[in-house]
Amino acid sequence: MTVVTVLLVAAVLLGIGTWGVLSQQSFVMIMMGFELAINGVMLAAGALWRFTSGGEPRGQVLVVVAMLVMAVEAAIGFALVVAVSRARRADTTEGIAELRR
Amino acid sequence: MTGTWVDIAFGVFAVAAAWFGWRVFVTDSMVRATFSLLASFLNVGAILVLLLAEYLGVAMFFMMGVEMTVMAIYMVAFMMNPAGLNPMQMVHQPRVAVVVGVLSTAGFGAVALAADLDTVAIVDPDGTIRALGHELMGSSMLVMQVVGVTLVATMVGAVVLSAASGRFGPADVGSVPPAIVPGDDTTRPGVDVGGDGGGHDHDHGHGGGAHGHDDGGDA
Repeated sequence: MTVVTVLLVAAVLLGIGTWGVLSQQSFVMIMMGFELAINGVMLAAGALWRFTSGGEPRGQVLVVVAMLVMAVEAAIGFALVVAVSRARRADTTEGIAELRR
Repeated sequence: MTGTWVDIAFGVFAVAAAWFGWRVFVTDSMVRATFSLLASFLNVGAILVLLLAEYLGVAMFFMMGVEMTVMAIYMVAFMMNPAGLNPMQMVHQPRVAVVVGVLSTAGFGAVALAADLDTVAIVDPDGTIRALGHELMGSSMLVMQVVGVTLVATMVGAVVLSAASGRFGPADVGSVPPAIVPGDDTTRPGVDVGGDGGGHDHDHGHGGGAHGHDDGGDA
């Protein structure tokens, strides 16, 4: 376990998340993609803290902030999906394409 | 744990995190996708524990356990095909997505390989949690306060966005197209009339032109 191997795992998670966000139609699946990408970001930040900071706790605070981003994304995302589902009866991105017509 | 065991455990957790992350987007069952994502998160949390960030790893376990349970309930409540009984492929631009995903992985991987990162040993490996606690409750208190206020704002925002009833009446007034026949909600564009199976065929089955519009029966 070195900084490079952990960062490579983080890159794989970020790539899978990006693929999911771009390819999925369902709102919730898109949110899952975002969460997976943030997961990779947190892992990368944790690895850099562990191997390059000498134990400086502010590095972990950065990961806490990334965790906050994930929580906000999930809560507001769910609320938006509920609102869109209620107003438009839509649960996929294709379901709210009115403005394109 | 000694170095070799840490390496073995890291390898297992890393492969599992990536594999479950991939499973999220290829399984038919949305509930299974949710729990695959949970498994991916748990493996990353375990890696964080191996990285001596025990507080963050355990926080990840708790937070993701709750969040993914909520998401699974949400899937059953809102989404089609929660149990994966039918094969399902709900994707768009799949090829572009794969290319972008591979490119971003390769790009970040190349950065990781090319970066010249000096390894600095942790000064006090047994005191990382205590140090983080003093940091959060001390000189990083402003960050913690911003986190707290942001979470409160998130709670208010989530309730406002998802509430069915707004302060001055139903929340979706003005956000939905008006009914073709005033007062008859079943003629509203985009509303499925329950049970007729016809989806958007709203002229079907309410009373032979009694509302004064063409119901297709003139011929």
